[in-house]
Parts: sequence; structure tokens; C-alpha cells
Amino acid sequence: MAKSNIAIELINVDKHFGAVHANDKVNLSVESGTIHGIVGENGAGKSTLMSILYGFYQADSGQIKVFDKDFRATSSRQSIEAGIGMVHQHFMLVDNFTVLENVILGSEGGALITQSLANARIELTRLAKEYGLEVELDIAVEELSVGMQQRVEILKGLYKGARVLILDEPTGVLTPQESDELFRIFEALKNQGVTIILITHKLREIMNITDHVSVMRAGKMVAHRETSKTNPEELAELMIGRKVLLNIKKSKAKSGKALLIAKNLEILNEQGLKRVTEVNFEARSGEILGIAGVTGNGQGSLLKALAGILPLSKGSIEIMGQTITPEIHLNPKQLRELGVAHVPEDRQKMGMIAEFSASETALLGYHNDKEINQGVWLKRSSVKTNCESLMQAFDVRPSNPNLLSSNFSGGNQQKLILAREFERDPEVLIIGQPTRGVDIGAIEFIRKRIIEMRDAGKAIILISVELEEIMSLSDRIIVMCDGEITGTVDAKDANEATLGMMMANALQPQDEPKGVKL
Amino acid sequence: MTRDRRLSWINGLLLPLFNVLTAFIATGIVFLFIGVDPIEATKILLYGALGYDEGLGYTLYYATNFVFTGLAVAVAFHAGLFNIGGEGQAYVGGLGIALVALYINPAMSSWIVIPLAISGGLLFGALWAIIPAYLQAYRGSHIVITTIMFNFLASALMVYVLVNVLREVGEMSPESGDFIKVSWLPFVHDVFASFGYKIARSPLNLSILVALFFSAAVWFFLWHTRWGFAIRAAGKSNEAAIYSGINPKKIIVVTMCISGALAGLVGINELMGVQHRLFLNFNYGYGFGGIAVALMGRNHPIGILIAAFLFGILYQGGAELDFELQNVSRDIVVVMQGLVILFCGGLEYLYRPVLIRFLAPIKESK
Repeated sequence: MAKSNIAIELINVDKHFGAVHANDKVNLSVESGTIHGIVGENGAGKSTLMSILYGFYQADSGQIKVFDKDFRATSSRQSIEAGIGMVHQHFMLVDNFTVLENVILGSEGGALITQSLANARIELTRLAKEYGLEVELDIAVEELSVGMQQRVEILKGLYKGARVLILDEPTGVLTPQESDELFRIFEALKNQGVTIILITHKLREIMNITDHVSVMRAGKMVAHRETSKTNPEELAELMIGRKVLLNIKKSKAKSGKALLIAKNLEILNEQGLKRVTEVNFEARSGEILGIAGVTGNGQGSLLKALAGILPLSKGSIEIMGQTITPEIHLNPKQLRELGVAHVPEDRQKMGMIAEFSASETALLGYHNDKEINQGVWLKRSSVKTNCESLMQAFDVRPSNPNLLSSNFSGGNQQKLILAREFERDPEVLIIGQPTRGVDIGAIEFIRKRIIEMRDAGKAIILISVELEEIMSLSDRIIVMCDGEITGTVDAKDANEATLGMMMANALQPQDEPKGVKL
Repeated sequence: MTRDRRLSWINGLLLPLFNVLTAFIATGIVFLFIGVDPIEATKILLYGALGYDEGLGYTLYYATNFVFTGLAVAVAFHAGLFNIGGEGQAYVGGLGIALVALYINPAMSSWIVIPLAISGGLLFGALWAIIPAYLQAYRGSHIVITTIMFNFLASALMVYVLVNVLREVGEMSPESGDFIKVSWLPFVHDVFASFGYKIARSPLNLSILVALFFSAAVWFFLWHTRWGFAIRAAGKSNEAAIYSGINPKKIIVVTMCISGALAGLVGINELMGVQHRLFLNFNYGYGFGGIAVALMGRNHPIGILIAAFLFGILYQGGAELDFELQNVSRDIVVVMQGLVILFCGGLEYLYRPVLIRFLAPIKESK
């Protein structure tokens, strides 16, 4: 390979965090003007590696070359100067600034910004034309859709002279259509000679868009492949070091009676904004009801209302023979007593307490149980055995109840939460984003357990932003957009295209495919 | 030793120790500036606080107050609340104690009167905390602001009560009459004497046992009951608490009541134990000192006992310094306290990176 053709080269890059060997002698070379995918499970060290490139962390040892120059960034400014731009998973934008203001943030150039705003306007118009990145410049970022905000991030990088763009899980917040749009932008950028490093755990994207792919596992770079010469099964196997089932086999659902019936729900969120209107559905025993939708379209508030965290402002929910209305509110504790289990969407903030030990996290919601209390005394020994048995049932590692919850990997935290909620033999399970930020090995395990619960006759309501997850687990799917149900589909009739259209509420009646009720 | 274990040693023991030492060194520099030999001063301070029976008695007597207010701050802290109102709660708690101790039937047994008077302190301390708690929980006013304001209110209220209600006819100073004798807590030197041991007289009284009892009770409550679990959960994560069916608003009110009640116990040491009457500003400085004690003691009862003892030493030793050295005034204690707070609170993690590099380096733990 010609020397000048390499945009980024890492040689034996090594990085420790505490006891964790986040990057173990990583080697990587990214050809200029290509799209290079980096895949790996959570905690495999992808983000650390990129943070080193972006100057957030410094490598303990090893060498980095950017466009053949030695590179050792101690701040993101140096990385920007070297031509590296980064689009983070969570956007780094000031919501109430306009697009233009956001772009010049950090390169204002002087006390008065009038001149740099004018310059930026010209430059951005040029960039937008060149790469097909049209964005309105004078609109506040908070008024843009997520997909548009991402464009602003990309523009920001290009404006600062990035020749290498690093994108960390860029499609996590996008509808399938928005993702396709993003990939078109990638192609345009590539044609103009921009190098793109795409970090993702979605193998489909890797296969569709990248030229090369590198696989990380447990801090090590385990393989480099030309995308055209590999396949998802091989990549998955490389990622976790053994064969995995990407599609879980499940038998036909034996749905029974409706255990949860929601009628005309209207729900306000914590800030009093209406997030859910006119929602009707029922969850039957022995069936998984999937609720699909782009993040922030009311599913979160719906989940919280079903779990008793938010009150209803209209409508009613019948659960296990009890009726919840705006007047009669049942709190999460009362719902648990009725046999409703809740796996929250936000594992870190709601499902666990990072500073608590695993045994205490395993107690959340059940700390009043008779088995662990004796009079006023909360029996530490029972708390510990409770946690040990949960850890054993769900193969949580390390199986140490005294370890802080934050010291477990995402997958193991989630397994502990699922164990806590599943092992009390609930009748209705409300599950939010069961595999978000969870490694592939654990995903397989978690999905199997959810199907086991279904087959045991439980009613399961599953909310996920991963369409693939909704489609592979659910028996029936409802799609939400802007707080309303925009479609109900039988899982066997569902496909990504129609669901995607429903998620954007863009399905015209004449497009209505067979089996779709609107 | 595993690295985690080393880290917890560093956080729990070495850091506070280093911080205190730094505060002492800084105090030493202050001493140099005012022309006092720091080593000489340290000797006087330590001897004055620990060197003889009476000094030790005083040290423990001061420490008792700090245990109560330190526990008060710590309990609130575990619910994520910063109770700055210990000063006022201690003050009003004193009123609760005085009302029982002044007006109870003198023929009753001490075994009934003393617990009743203690309950009076607990109740009034709790009442003084409940309004700020309610305002925080249901009206969104910040507890730090409201508890500070309630300190001033307490001060004004107590002046009014002492001048206009409790002052005895013909008495010039704003203080109550003597407490009924059955409400007095015995002095430790008297207790020892009744067993035939003679120790020097000091204000140390049996309220120190009450302080130890409540330290154990707080420890048990926070870490070994479901209510303590709920408080700690709410303190760490509001969302997780709601998810668990815990009502964080209720937690705020209940926790502040407990916190205020604990602060309200300062009076049993000062009033029932020593002065046997209610007077102005008996609480002076203990409420705020409690914040420093809780900070230093890492909000754990054992840490608080240690930190309270240290503050007792500072108080008593500082008084001794004032007495022995003519160019040192008692205010030096405030300077030392301030430095301890600065280094233990504000600069809590100053030495952490260095200690970790030397004692728990990353490579070794692999």
C-alpha cells in the first residue's frame, strides 16, 4: 500500500483504566477516503480507542500517526487541528443556539462574532452543497429533528477542517429512513475524499456501508476484514469469540386472556407536556406486544404510566382486574404487588443505583418483602442470598453481591435487573429497551429469557427502539409516533419498510400493505 | 490486598488523616505568623485536651454536642439533603427539653422525666425541621436556603420566649429558672464517685451515652432497616426511588424530621446535663460544627464519633491555648475549624491522585 494512502495508523496502542485493560496493543490502519467500520461488544474498547484519537484520553504506550505525522493529542483542539472530527453518540450541541452559532462554537475568532458568523455562513453553504448536507442555518437546534441535529454535528466537523470523521453509534437515534439518508451522506463524503470511521454494533450497517471492518474484543483488535469478503455471522463470531444465534427461534404464541387493557390513554410527562394521546391496546397472556417508535415519541411516558410512575390524565388501564384511572392511581409498589414487573428503559438512572452494591440494587422495589425483613430489621444475610440466587439464575458475572453496581458491565447490570423483575413470578412484564448497551452474548441470553416468560403464560409489553429486536421478539407490534398509535401489525406481516413509515407517520392509506390496520 | 480494598482504605482513612494533618500544618503556619511556636502550641493543645482528667472530660463533653449535630447532618445527607439548620433545630430542641424540665411534676421519677425531656428535644427539633422539609418536598424551595432562614427565626423566637415567657419575675438576664432536679442528667464524675472512683469534676455527663446510643441507632437505621434503605436509595437516585415505589417527597419530610430531632438533642447535654436552665445561645456553633464533623466523618456514625472527638479536642485545647498564651485568643479554634473544613470538605480529594499512584497503582492490580 502506498504510504500516503493511510489516514490513520495506530501501532501497539495500549490503555488501562484501573484494573481494566481497555486497549491491549491495538493496531489499526485506516485507508484514506474509505469508510472503515469498527465493531465490537460494549466494553470491547472501541470508544476508548476513539477517545484517544480525539484527545480525551492519552494512550499509556504505542504510536499514532495521522496522515503520516506522529500524533499525540492531549486535547480535542489538537485532534481538530490534525484533521480529525468526531460525532458523539450524544450530540454536543447547545440546544437554544442556532445551527450557525453551534458550528462556530469553539472557533469564534475574536471578541465580536459578526465576521466569523458571516464567514461561516458562506463556508457552510458551500459545504452543504458539496456534500448534500442541507440544513437551515438560522433555526435553533432544538427545533431540528434528531437526524438534522446529526447533520449539524457532521457540518461542524467539516467546517473545522476534518478530513477524518469518527461517528460513534450514529444510527442509534434514527429511523431506518433517516439512517439511509445518513449513509447517502457518507457516500458523498467518501467521494470527496473524506475518511469515515464508523463505530457501531449493528452488523447490518457494517455490511451495507463500509469498505473495511475491524473487530475488537476485550480490548484487543482481533480481526481486520474487507467488508465484501466477510459476512455477519463471521463478524458476530469474531466479536464474541463463539457462535451466536442472531435470530432466536420461538414457537407460535399461545395467547390467552387480556391481562392489561389500556383505553384512551392520555399521559403528561414530568414537565406536564402531553406525550401520549388516544392510545388503546391490550396485552394478552402468553404473548409479546412490541411497541416500536423512534426515541421520544411517547413510548417512554407510556411505559412509565403502565408502571405507575406517571399518572394518567385521561383514560383507564385495567391490570389484573384492577382499574387505574386519573382518579385512582396505583403507585409502583402497589402495581408490583398486583404482579406487574417493570424493567425500566433507563437502566443506569432508574433500574439500579450505581453507588449501591449489587445486592442492594437487587433489592430495589422489593425492599419491603417479608422474606428479607424481620420486624424492623432488614436482614443483610437474606439480602445477600437473594442477590446470589438472582445472579445464579441469570448468570450475572462476577457473581459477587458486594461489588458496586457500577462495576458490572452493561450486560450484567441488565441481567441483574431482569433477574430481579423476572424471578418474582410476575404476571405482566413491562420491559423497556432490554438490550440497549448490552453485548451480543447477553442479548441472546436476555431475548431467550423474555421468550421463556412468554411461553410461561405471562403478558409482556416490550418497548424498544431497535426495530430488529421488536420484529424478532414480538407477536404483535404497535407503532407510536408523536404520542399516538400510527399502526398495529401482526409480527408475521411486519417488515422494516412499513414499520419505518409508520414510525415517521408517513404511511399513506393507499400504501397500506396487507395485514396492516391503521 | 486487592486494589478495591486499598482504594477504600485510601478513601476512608488515609485521605481524612492527610487532610486533617494538612489543616494542622496550615494552623501551624498561622501560629508562626502571630509569633507562637507551633510545636509549643500543639503540646499545650494536646495536653489541655487529653493530658488530664478534667481536660479529657471537657473534650468529651464538647464532642457529645458534635456527635448529635454531626449525626443530624449525616442522616439528611444520606437522603441527598444538606441540612444547614442544625443550629436552629438544636436551639428549638432546647425549648422542648426546657418545657418538660421546667413544668413536669417534680414528684415523678427521673426514669420517666429524663426520657420525656429527651423526647421533648427530639420532638421540637423535628418540628423545626419539618417546615423547611415540607417546603422543599412540595413547594420546591431549596432546603439549604430555608434551613438557614430557620436558624435566624429560631434565634428570634428563642429571644422572645426567653425574655417574655420563660424569664422569671424580677430576673434581669434572659434565661429560664432552674430545671426540676429529677430532669438533671448525672455528671460522670458523680457516677464514678458513687462507685467509689474519684475523678476530676468536669461538665461531662451521661448524655455521652445517649450520643453513643443514637450513633448506633443511626447506623442500624440507615444500613439495616428498609426505611434506611429507602432513604439512601432516594438520596442516590430520585428516579430509582420512584421506580421502587418510594415516595421521595415523603422521604424528604421524614428524613428531615429525624435529622432535626437528632440536632434537638444538643440541649440534653448542654441544658439537662450541665446548665440545668435554658439560656440564650447555648447552641452556639454546634450546628455548624456538625456540618464539618459529618463531612470529616464521611457521614458514617463511626467516622462522626472520631471527627466529633477531634473537634472536642480543638474546642477544649483551643480554650487552653487561649488561657496559656497571651497572644492567642479563643478565636484560633474558629481558624482551626475553618482550616479543617477547608481541607476535609473543600479540598477533600487533594491527595487522592498522589495516594493512588503510590499505594494502589494500576499496573500492579492486573
